[in-house]
Amino acid sequence: MKILRSALVPIIAVVLALLAGALLIQLSGSSPLEAYSALFEGSFVGWERFGTTLEKATPLIMGGLAVAFAFKGGLFNIGGQGQLLFGALIAGAAGYGFTGLPWIIHMPLALLLGAAAGAAWGAIPGVLKATRGAHEVITTIMLNFVAANAAEWLCTKVWRKPGDILVRTPMIEGSAEIPTFGNIPLGFLIAVAFALGVWYLLQKTTFGFEVRSVGLNPSAASYAGISTKRIVILTMAISGFLAGIGGSIETLGVLGRYEPGFNAGLGFDGITIALLARTNPIAVIPSAVLIASMDASASLMQFKAGVAPEITDVIEALILLFVATPIIVRWFFKSRQGEEISFGANWGSS
Amino acid sequence: MNNQQAPLALEAVGICKSFGPLVANDTVNLQVEKGQIHALLGENGAGKSTLVNILFGLYKADEGEVRVAGKKVEMNSPHDAIEHKIGMVHQHFQLVPVLTVTENIVLGDEPTKKGGVLDFEKAAQEVEELGKRYGLEVDPRAVVEDLPIGYQQRVEILRSLYRQADVLILDEPTAVLTPQETDHLLEVLRSLTAEGVSIIFITHKLREVLAIADKVTVMRRGEVVGATDPKETNEEGLAEMMVGRSVVLRIAKSQATPGNTVLSIKELNVLDDRNQSALKDFSLDVKEGEIFGIAGVEGNGQRELVEAITGLRPIVSGSILMGEKEMSGCSAREISEEGISHIPENREKHGLVGPHSVADNLVLNRYFHSPFAARGIRQTEAINEEASHLVEKFDVRTASIHNPARTLSGGNKQKVIAARELSHDSSLLLAAQPTRGIDVGSIEFIHQQLVNERDAGVAVLLVSAELDEILSLSDRVGVIYQGKLVAIAPTDEFTRIQIGQLMTSGNS
Amino acid sequence: MNSLLERIIRLRWWILVFLAIIAFTIFAGDFRQDPTTAILAATLRHSTPLVLGALCGMICERSGVINIGIEGQMLMSAFVGFTVTAATSSLYLGVAAGLACGMLMGAALGGLTVSLQGDQIIAGTVLNIFALGLTSFLYTPGETIHSKTPRISVGPLADLPVVGKIFFSNQPLTYVSLLLVAVIWYALFKTTWGLRTRAIGEHPSAAETVGVSVAKMRYLNLIIGGGIAGLAGAYLSLEAVGSFERGMTNGKGFVALAVMIFGRWNPVGAWGAALLFGYTNAIQTQFQFRGWLTGHPQFIGMIPFIVTIVVLAGFVGRARPPAAIGQPYTRE
Repeated sequence: MKILRSALVPIIAVVLALLAGALLIQLSGSSPLEAYSALFEGSFVGWERFGTTLEKATPLIMGGLAVAFAFKGGLFNIGGQGQLLFGALIAGAAGYGFTGLPWIIHMPLALLLGAAAGAAWGAIPGVLKATRGAHEVITTIMLNFVAANAAEWLCTKVWRKPGDILVRTPMIEGSAEIPTFGNIPLGFLIAVAFALGVWYLLQKTTFGFEVRSVGLNPSAASYAGISTKRIVILTMAISGFLAGIGGSIETLGVLGRYEPGFNAGLGFDGITIALLARTNPIAVIPSAVLIASMDASASLMQFKAGVAPEITDVIEALILLFVATPIIVRWFFKSRQGEEISFGANWGSS
Repeated sequence: MNNQQAPLALEAVGICKSFGPLVANDTVNLQVEKGQIHALLGENGAGKSTLVNILFGLYKADEGEVRVAGKKVEMNSPHDAIEHKIGMVHQHFQLVPVLTVTENIVLGDEPTKKGGVLDFEKAAQEVEELGKRYGLEVDPRAVVEDLPIGYQQRVEILRSLYRQADVLILDEPTAVLTPQETDHLLEVLRSLTAEGVSIIFITHKLREVLAIADKVTVMRRGEVVGATDPKETNEEGLAEMMVGRSVVLRIAKSQATPGNTVLSIKELNVLDDRNQSALKDFSLDVKEGEIFGIAGVEGNGQRELVEAITGLRPIVSGSILMGEKEMSGCSAREISEEGISHIPENREKHGLVGPHSVADNLVLNRYFHSPFAARGIRQTEAINEEASHLVEKFDVRTASIHNPARTLSGGNKQKVIAARELSHDSSLLLAAQPTRGIDVGSIEFIHQQLVNERDAGVAVLLVSAELDEILSLSDRVGVIYQGKLVAIAPTDEFTRIQIGQLMTSGNS
Repeated sequence: MNSLLERIIRLRWWILVFLAIIAFTIFAGDFRQDPTTAILAATLRHSTPLVLGALCGMICERSGVINIGIEGQMLMSAFVGFTVTAATSSLYLGVAAGLACGMLMGAALGGLTVSLQGDQIIAGTVLNIFALGLTSFLYTPGETIHSKTPRISVGPLADLPVVGKIFFSNQPLTYVSLLLVAVIWYALFKTTWGLRTRAIGEHPSAAETVGVSVAKMRYLNLIIGGGIAGLAGAYLSLEAVGSFERGMTNGKGFVALAVMIFGRWNPVGAWGAALLFGYTNAIQTQFQFRGWLTGHPQFIGMIPFIVTIVVLAGFVGRARPPAAIGQPYTRE
């Protein structure tokens, strides 16, 4: 019952968003019914398509986990994009840079190096917040732009294959690849394992308790002897780590190399997914699959129903709009509940 | 009908108001005559503030009506109340700290030149004149946050007078004042009634009711339990009416047997949030088995003192010794582990993580210790067991230890904090405003706990703005004024008047 | 006299920074008048959307509402302004549409934060993502407008050496931004509106108890602020670029927030801060022109973002933000 009750708001949000999206599709002169059946067909009908959906869901799960974990610590990480990108790039560099390693070492090594890069990139805003009081929302966004520039420079000047006209890293070694079993990508299973791990960390460990305490009431947490600075930095680093894993899997399991621009919008999707999951790490999995199904079927929607693929952006934005406003909660429960975390606190002051 | 009766200035008829399941006002009636000082008496949570907030349009009554000068009026916002010449001095001052006195007073009713441009000069002049006329002088150009509390209250009163209030509601106005300031305030109120202003005076201090009120209405648990002429009653009678049973006004406690010095502070200097000096060469010793009370008007460095001792505020210079060990520079966790318990002043903000369960809050200072954690993994069973034990021992009223702590009443929240801090093995207990805003039953309970701790050999440092609390509990009293201890002596060597003078002027 | 001297001493670092910038500009301009003037004029132009965005953020925050959705408000208005101009061939209608769209977006933020009491940061983020999604969907590539807003010279002032080219020969929205800095400064500190705005941002319940409606004032100010962000959007599509591109705001809405903080929530301070940021953009062009760092354009591209981070890390906490920002206000 409890699960149903808390799932009600996201489900209603999705339904409302789809209805509003249908209206837009109708207005743009196409048939919503055709579009939505193409959406379903393109993502879930047939093992191959289902596999693609899971593949697309993988970085989304990690991006959603990154945002959700930071949320629990009272931090709004909009920098998933940059952290993911660094993870993907470093994993790519490690994937082709190391040669002669067995798969059992090379793949995890590349994965972890990518994650570490994401963690380092995520820790920067954490440190800036803890020591200088700079609000993470602005710093993480600025770091997204810096990361895009820095990655482009690294791809152009450092890791580009001689003679390649495109800005990208060389293909990774076979020993660094994350394989796909049948139609189920191993990367997806890794992401699911991380979702479970994050849940365990938050709910069962003393560290998770500290993170949640700082997120819900930082002053009371520090009165109880918890070092809020340490928690803020660690929370951001872990959040970046999770995003970095997402980028690594994308490079090692899907693309086989790093190319700039592959992840446009992934960071923002993480916010939608985390809010849709109401910051519950387990619920991040179905939320990510839902968003991934739209991305996976956008081209089929265009082909079959003639709808511009950007419609999925609009529907995702609508989902976020409905899920992030307490309006539905009020309508259905006549009371205030949901997140108690306030990101506005400490805005602009240390 | 009694023809002698003066006309009614303000009347509340059958007011009902609920917040969720809590009934704050149940068919409340109140009649305030013109030129009368009407005391509204009741303990915390009796519904006094709810009633006056309805009279002032801040809350909307579920049922009942408000009448001004005999006519029914709609009170939908403070704007309506101001229209009907009702003014209010709030318990938590409703002043904008960074604005000047004049700006605060004219806000919402600004004198303007053409095009909405403020006429600041005219306004400042008016404020100055008003202050002179009523004995409430205050510099119109001063920034409010720089003023002492007593002066901030003057600004609140002037703001109502500027709007020519006929009825002035004062919500616990003396809670923040020294005895001398209280006397002055009462004089000012008397002179206001002479001009025909009616006053509703909320308090839980019986002494003040007897000293000033023409009439008293007593509330208990959301209901009016009686309205009487204070001259026809006495403190005991009022107290029984207020609480519904006879109350022990004094805690029974034996003579203290102080032992070794537990806490020793030497020449401590600390800055406040605005980087101004808050404590100046502050020195203090607290011994085991004594309650040391710090009396003072709020904002004289008490908060900074507590935060410095607990490691929450960096110190500029000086030393804080726990036994032999230097604590300055240690983290809050290290200090707590050294044996300091802390009941913080602001329980919602600093004492509890509201959305966490009662159980989690009960171990908030020990969650990482065995048996509550093993190798970084929380041991839910041990936590629940301890929580059930403490809930019973400290009589915390909650449906379940798994309910969020924020759903508890003020008194029960404070009991959760007390239970947690007192079950922490410590040699020093810091209690800051431990009974602020909680019901009489909980106050008695907390007081008894403090005395018990003392008798068990713990050094207790009590910081309170309630002089009565300091006087009835402390074995020794220190008066803090502008960041310095201006006097230290055993409690019985002080009189109320002396302490009051020390609190306001630093010398007696 | 003394106070003037004191003021100079207090501002000594800023004066040094200012002189250093001027010196560097002359150096970068190869000690010639034209390129130097061009850099300074470009600084003013680049600062326009930032100062408008910062004014929007300031009016919102002064009344207690964090507006992290400036980016989205600007983007949506840039799109609407461009589309209306493309359809009607009227730049003025386009600017007006941008303004109106911004006001609507401001009202939307009001709906989310004031009426529904949602978290202000999340509400702003929703606006950003929503604007990005909707403009991407609705935008049809290939639409064009015939011209950008025209340059207007202010009579003989425009003929003054250096200063004339920098200040008196600009496009209309740049003049509007300068005017708004002055108007909003005056309104904020000298009028009833300003007093009430500052009061509800510092202590909303105090304002409510003297009969000022916090909700109404916040709505009003969010709409005014949104309108100003709308002008910034119109500037981008109709005055600076002359077309619309996906995500063309490129983080300017966020940089504007840093500008606001750097300017200590004061319109004049924000103008100064915006000029500094505008300068980092303007100097990029000159770098390319002089062939400096051309092998590494990515580093030049990072400059505004890194400056933003440095400013946030260095200056937050030095000035006090309005006390009540970030918290929804309820009477009961």
